[in-house]
Amino acid sequence: MTNSAAVIHSNVHPMPQAASDAAVEVRGICKKYNDVEALRMIDLDFPRGKLTTLLGPSGCGKTTLLKIIAGLIEPTSGEVRVNGRPVTGPGPERAFVFQDFALMPWATVMRNVAFGLELRGMGKAERQSIARKYIAEVGLAGFEDKYPHELSGGMRQRVGLARAFAVNADVLLLDEPFSAVDEQNRRKFQEDLLRLVEKERKTFIFVTHSIEEAVYVSDRIVLLSRRPGRVSQIIEPKIDRTASPDAIRRDQGYLDTVEEIWQGLKHYVD
Amino acid sequence: MTLFGYRVPMMASLLVWCAIWELVGHAGFLFLIPPLSSVLVAGVAMVQTGTWQSAALITLHSFVIGMALAIVVGVVLGVLMGRFKAVDELFSIWVNIFVSAPLSALVPVLMILFGMGETTVIVTVFLFAVWIIVLDTRAGIQHVPKSLIEMGRSYGASTFALYGKIVLLAALPEILAGIRLGLVRGVKGVVIGQLLVSIIGYGELFELYSRSFDMENFWALTIILFAAAMLMSAAVEHIEKKVEYYAGVR
Amino acid sequence: MIAPTQVDSQVSSQVNGPARAVHSPAGRGLGLGRLFARHPVVSRLVSLGLFFLAWEIAGRVPISYAFPTFTDTLYAFVTMLADGSLVMAYGSTLQPLIIGIAISGVVGVVLGIVMGLSRMAEWLVAPVFVVLQSAPMAALIPLITFVYGIGLVAKTLAVIMLALPVIVLNGYKAVRNANPSLVDMCRSFQGTRLQRITKIIIPDASPVIFAGLRLGLAAGFIGVILAELLITPTGIGDLITYHRSVANYAEMYAAVVSIILVSTLTLAALEAFEIRVLRPEKRRG
Repeated sequence: MTNSAAVIHSNVHPMPQAASDAAVEVRGICKKYNDVEALRMIDLDFPRGKLTTLLGPSGCGKTTLLKIIAGLIEPTSGEVRVNGRPVTGPGPERAFVFQDFALMPWATVMRNVAFGLELRGMGKAERQSIARKYIAEVGLAGFEDKYPHELSGGMRQRVGLARAFAVNADVLLLDEPFSAVDEQNRRKFQEDLLRLVEKERKTFIFVTHSIEEAVYVSDRIVLLSRRPGRVSQIIEPKIDRTASPDAIRRDQGYLDTVEEIWQGLKHYVD
Repeated sequence: MTLFGYRVPMMASLLVWCAIWELVGHAGFLFLIPPLSSVLVAGVAMVQTGTWQSAALITLHSFVIGMALAIVVGVVLGVLMGRFKAVDELFSIWVNIFVSAPLSALVPVLMILFGMGETTVIVTVFLFAVWIIVLDTRAGIQHVPKSLIEMGRSYGASTFALYGKIVLLAALPEILAGIRLGLVRGVKGVVIGQLLVSIIGYGELFELYSRSFDMENFWALTIILFAAAMLMSAAVEHIEKKVEYYAGVR
Repeated sequence: MIAPTQVDSQVSSQVNGPARAVHSPAGRGLGLGRLFARHPVVSRLVSLGLFFLAWEIAGRVPISYAFPTFTDTLYAFVTMLADGSLVMAYGSTLQPLIIGIAISGVVGVVLGIVMGLSRMAEWLVAPVFVVLQSAPMAALIPLITFVYGIGLVAKTLAVIMLALPVIVLNGYKAVRNANPSLVDMCRSFQGTRLQRITKIIIPDASPVIFAGLRLGLAAGFIGVILAELLITPTGIGDLITYHRSVANYAEMYAAVVSIILVSTLTLAALEAFEIRVLRPEKRRG
């Protein structure tokens, strides 16, 4: 963690130090596009088994940072390590969920979900049985032979999520996965995501511009400043996840954290 | 493309092809292809002759009249089809047939109806160009956001003002795209019409030079024609770029 | 910098123009329009019927000595169909068309894909086809006669000259504009370059490539008719020229209408295939 970034512990509970085991380490990442500086000296640790959110105003480079971690974009300088090994490109220990779903319109739900395994050369029967399991897990059982255009936006993103789960990566990278999903579906989706985080025990890195969404789903929230993107704050909401979703949304800690982040981000809004 | 760290503009590769043409011409194993340099020399001499100038004028004349008709009719019909379902239903099948039909087969019919002269060429240009203008205008009108029209109405715009100040302007990018494609097709129309009629304008010269195996002049004619077609399409494209900004805002 | 956008805008309008025109979005209708909307077949029949009626009346006036009525033309068409002259003519017209389209299809698609994948090939070849696409290639048809005479080869070459540019440019544009998000997706799951091309880029590009073949065929029809009218008196072109020279105007019109009919039906069938098979997202239901 950078010295400049103040760690704020929401509510009174002291932060347990168990999160010292970092699945992803970001060290001194800078990214310039020609003359535009998108990211400046990002240092971050993403604790294993937790959901960390990158939150910030639009154009702060949060998606760029996520794609650098994914190995889809080369940083100008700096290094990303996943499980201690430096990232040089996409790898099997990371899986990406795309903002626009990135589903192949010519392929069925089954083929889309099994695509990561297909690329690895896994046999058809084997990959389909794995895909079938995750299709059921995200609540799409019975839709295996449908095409993406026959599904709603929310269902399409469930396909994207199932595809990421199917390759059994340690780290899941989610780039504003719910931004193209309508509000009702988004809430349901957030609840399902929490259930899956609990069940799958993977490290999640989640990008969003919605404060409420970030507070609701995250173990840790990294606030990025406006361009050039820098880490301005790290917040760890202390929310009782065992409570019902509706209780969480009315929880004082939840509301206070939302307010606190809003106060921090307000001066970035024109 | 970048070469040794420099950006080489895309169209620059045409120079490479010109060089290859020159070399092939000098090798001389194809009498059809004289060196580019001698074509250019012939071209410079040719444009100074009265024959070429009058042929070019006749060609330009047919083209301009045919295109003007095509643009007026095309835009009007396109607007009507875009706004009125009944007009759309009545004409869309024909517009769709003719936009991709082999219109070259119609030219002989035009020749007996309109005579072996300029009228036939003008009608050919019109028929080649008009359909794509209709289709693009119609698409542009249909894409005008409903809210923009409702805005006009709610601020009390008359029908005339609604069309003049809102609908036509909002559809301008598509209309211009249609006109640009229409121009490209119109050039093809004027060439095909004149080749088939073969006693006027550029068609006559093509006939003359190819029959007398005067390849330098033949290629000079072709290059001038191609360059004119490209320049015209680039000019409309330039105007299109100027209105492109509102495609994003709409 | 200028060139790529030029290619894009040109081809995209080419591609979108006719394509989007066919699926007419349901617009606000007048009374009559609503009737049509419920029965699109009825509207088509009414439209065709009105046209033929106008033709019949114009022929009976007559507006020109060389303007036969619709019924005369229809009669001539049936007669020519019955005596086999139309079938013979189509045999001779469609052969170079099919060969020419097959050659342009293979060469054009391969060239287009290579140009879409390689910056070097793009730089070298794309401008040539941009020029050929917007230039009146018909001007070069008289040249073919010198080299290949007036036979099948000459006609085939005329087809290729007119059809190839649009096929190449569509293939190129389709590959170059392959959905970047899908390409990223394939990369993020460690797809190799070969997998990326065969599993993502080519399937993603195939509808536009196919649309290019369709437009190429439309251009090929123009080319083969032009070759038959200008240089090789055979096939449908010869039928048109012959009946014109002996003032059999009804037969001449019948031949002209038949070629427009054949090309329209072929192109419509290809487009239906394209929507059915290659664009599942456009299918209804």
